[in-house]
Amino acid sequence: MTRRADSAAQAPPIDRRRREALQLGGLTLAFLWVGTRGTAGAAINARRQPADAAAALADGNPAFAPNAFIRVDADGAVRLVMPNVEMGQGIYTGACMMLAEELGVGMDQIRVEHAPPNDELYSMPLLGGQITGGSTSTRGHWQVLREAGAVARTLLVTAAAERWRVDASTCTVARGVVSHAASRRSAGFGSLAAAAGALPVPASVTLKQPKDFVLIGKPLRRVDSADKVTGATQFGIDVKVPGMKIATVKACPTFGGKVAGVNDKRARAIPGVIDVLMLDGAVAVVGEHFWAAKQGLDALEVSWDLGDNATLSTAKLKEGLADKAQSGKSIVAREVGRQPKDGRLIAAVYDLPMLAHATMEPLNTTVWVTADKCQIWVGTQVPTRCVASAALITGLPESKIELHNQYLGGGFGRRLESDSVEQAVHLAKMVKYPLKVIWTREEDIRHDIVRPMYHDHISAVLDSSGKPIWYGDRVAGGTVLGRWAPMAMGKDGLDDDLVECVADVPYDIPDRKVEWVRHDMPEGLIVGWWRGVGPTHNLFVVESFMDELAHAAGRDPLEYRRALLHKNPRSLALLDLAAEKIGWGAGVLPARVGRGIALGEPFGSRVCAIVEAEVTAQGEVRLRRAVVALDCGVAINPSSIEAQVQGGLLFGLSAALYSGITVKHGAIEQSNFHDYRTLRINECPRVELYRIDSDQAPGGLGEVGTAIAAPALGNAIFAATGVRLRSLPVDPARLVQDAAATHSVMAGNSAGRQLAPGGDA
Amino acid sequence: MVVLNLNGQQRTVDAPDEMPLLWVLRDILGLTGTKFGCGIAQCGACTVHLDGQAVRSCVLPVSAVGSRAITTIEAVGATPVGRKVQQAWLDVDVVQCGYCQSGQIMSAAALLARNASPSDEDIDGAMAGNICRCATYVRIRAAIKQAATGRSESLQTIAPAVAQ
Repeated sequence: MTRRADSAAQAPPIDRRRREALQLGGLTLAFLWVGTRGTAGAAINARRQPADAAAALADGNPAFAPNAFIRVDADGAVRLVMPNVEMGQGIYTGACMMLAEELGVGMDQIRVEHAPPNDELYSMPLLGGQITGGSTSTRGHWQVLREAGAVARTLLVTAAAERWRVDASTCTVARGVVSHAASRRSAGFGSLAAAAGALPVPASVTLKQPKDFVLIGKPLRRVDSADKVTGATQFGIDVKVPGMKIATVKACPTFGGKVAGVNDKRARAIPGVIDVLMLDGAVAVVGEHFWAAKQGLDALEVSWDLGDNATLSTAKLKEGLADKAQSGKSIVAREVGRQPKDGRLIAAVYDLPMLAHATMEPLNTTVWVTADKCQIWVGTQVPTRCVASAALITGLPESKIELHNQYLGGGFGRRLESDSVEQAVHLAKMVKYPLKVIWTREEDIRHDIVRPMYHDHISAVLDSSGKPIWYGDRVAGGTVLGRWAPMAMGKDGLDDDLVECVADVPYDIPDRKVEWVRHDMPEGLIVGWWRGVGPTHNLFVVESFMDELAHAAGRDPLEYRRALLHKNPRSLALLDLAAEKIGWGAGVLPARVGRGIALGEPFGSRVCAIVEAEVTAQGEVRLRRAVVALDCGVAINPSSIEAQVQGGLLFGLSAALYSGITVKHGAIEQSNFHDYRTLRINECPRVELYRIDSDQAPGGLGEVGTAIAAPALGNAIFAATGVRLRSLPVDPARLVQDAAATHSVMAGNSAGRQLAPGGDA
Repeated sequence: MVVLNLNGQQRTVDAPDEMPLLWVLRDILGLTGTKFGCGIAQCGACTVHLDGQAVRSCVLPVSAVGSRAITTIEAVGATPVGRKVQQAWLDVDVVQCGYCQSGQIMSAAALLARNASPSDEDIDGAMAGNICRCATYVRIRAAIKQAATGRSESLQTIAPAVAQ
């Protein structure tokens, strides 16, 4: 048996100047992450960079490679290199549309490639590293990818014009062919590639006017769907390397616990088991196939050193957070005016649970460490961070770490972490063969890097007409940014993510005090990004509370919001559109059916959702219908937008209805889809999307639907039952109609939990 | 040694009797289109057909397959129903991350093979065992109906059949 120490989570150095440069660049960001790599001096660039020649050489040495994103081979093949990773959000399709629009090729004429890890060539300008997250990909690349396409087109046209001795402005481009109508000449990109590659890159290019778009704005099919419907797409878990063995792991169930001892006699006797490996905090069994490894893991007798967290429970964690929220020192994020002494004060306390990601593809990494090289195959949102970690672990220079990114079977923020990759590198270092490490679903949930729990004291003062004239929110919770990119923390140690969508709201309520009380979880309980991050948390609080205010003022929730939006026509238009489409106020809904509104401006987009839900007498919630109105600026691919908003909303509704990670004896209690429930098709409502398009730069989309889901649901439940839910997930016990209904459900399900009486607290 | 009738071919594999079919497919035969999601028949990512019936291969011991015909996502397109389902999946542009979609398509194809015109309730009943974390459920319903009727579903946004 081999024993290795886990590496301490070590953050590489950070370039503070880069952050300042980004801010001086006038970028208005929903939130700013700054990557932790010092080499990412440049954000992605439409023109050739110093690193480009080597990258193109490694990529088949194409005849024409004007920048990091476009390769035209001599046979005319057009390959587009994707700076972001594809985890379902449709960015490969969107990025191809931006590139192809200006390049002048059809979407059926291109092939897509995963980018190699390279911060210099593929850094997301909004994040300062080669990172996919925060709904930034389209926002960050809208300008530069179109420019990259235009640079390439300009060079190809110039090459054709020089060959034909005509003015370049008299040439046109369509579907990979440059034409000169007057002389009836045309040439394919392949035949122009070598000549175009020898030309100097133009200093400036002209982008198309929106009226001339042939791809952008059309509901085009995804570029990655053909292989995904035949099982041919290779995800990380599907990687095959000759001689590869398969391992599965089990980490100490408690946060930060260690391995005390292992008896592997029975495990090693299982046919197909090859090796038993040990890290400080985890054991792994290697097999000829996953099944042998899993059988071996189950046969290991492990004793654990449960560590300092062995008695930790959800109740303790919540108590600690609630205490800190009351008494802890806060960082003021936004303060305008003073809380009025007169007026009616309304206050409420909201709680949100920890959440797991449960991506469909369990975490996995394949690694092959040899004397002079480390190869990694993985689907990750942070390829260059993984390279940096692997270099530290293996002692090899970064130039000797080869990372081959793969399609991701879901990300949702889980693959913004490199913990599972680091673990796999440690394990692979101990063996001679290529090693694929696959986490079981149980490992995936029990050792998730969970979304933090939150505890918010929100309040408002209403004037005599019921209008809010001041609001306050004292947000308490842990920081992800503080660990993930500590140098990106703001003034006084503020993590903007904690107050995103509450520091500023769509409504005309100038006076406010929004503050954050930082409360870190016990060491070992690491919290991470979860789809929708800050806005998913804060929009639930703010938009539920807006409904509370409307109720306190005796006003209709739609009219109450409308009256506060006279200075915000874009969001008012969305509210009105959603209300019109669902038929707000028209007709009478059946008993225990209600509609709830939520409005927000997350990730550079604006969104209004109205959810219609029925609550059964037994307290079960049934989703009937959801209407979403969206203003995301320029709509690049309406089909993708619809898919993201539908899926994102349902992802958020799923979490609000069913999901919460709880802790007992220092370990996560949930383990698989039976006890970490997610929404299924029979629970899925009709979801309609209506857009208001504009010529504004595109907003983010991947997390918008998720962020707006829970408050719309909570408000619908209130409308249906009169019960205000100030914590998630939804507790059906609080929604039971009356004692008779309780009795009927208990009689029908003797295993059911004790149900509390209904009614609002 | 176990002899399997797999995608129309006889395959002999050296696998322990209790090894789930999923891992025989993926790790011995190299057919990775069938996915591992939960290992306890909760998510449906591992769905394959046995004599046309949808089963969860992650809990099916290979020795229990016997002579029944196994069809996986790699070969379901060779059946008329499977081909229709895959085409509808493309036309409606169902997939997002795509990881669960092999299982979704296998469940949908088995449904349509036994029920040519399923109602919404039939669809929900047959597909409730397949989780999609991207929550592509709205389009899954539409694609199954389109595969059943041959008529384009009136989604709000439909990807054109021919890309530009």
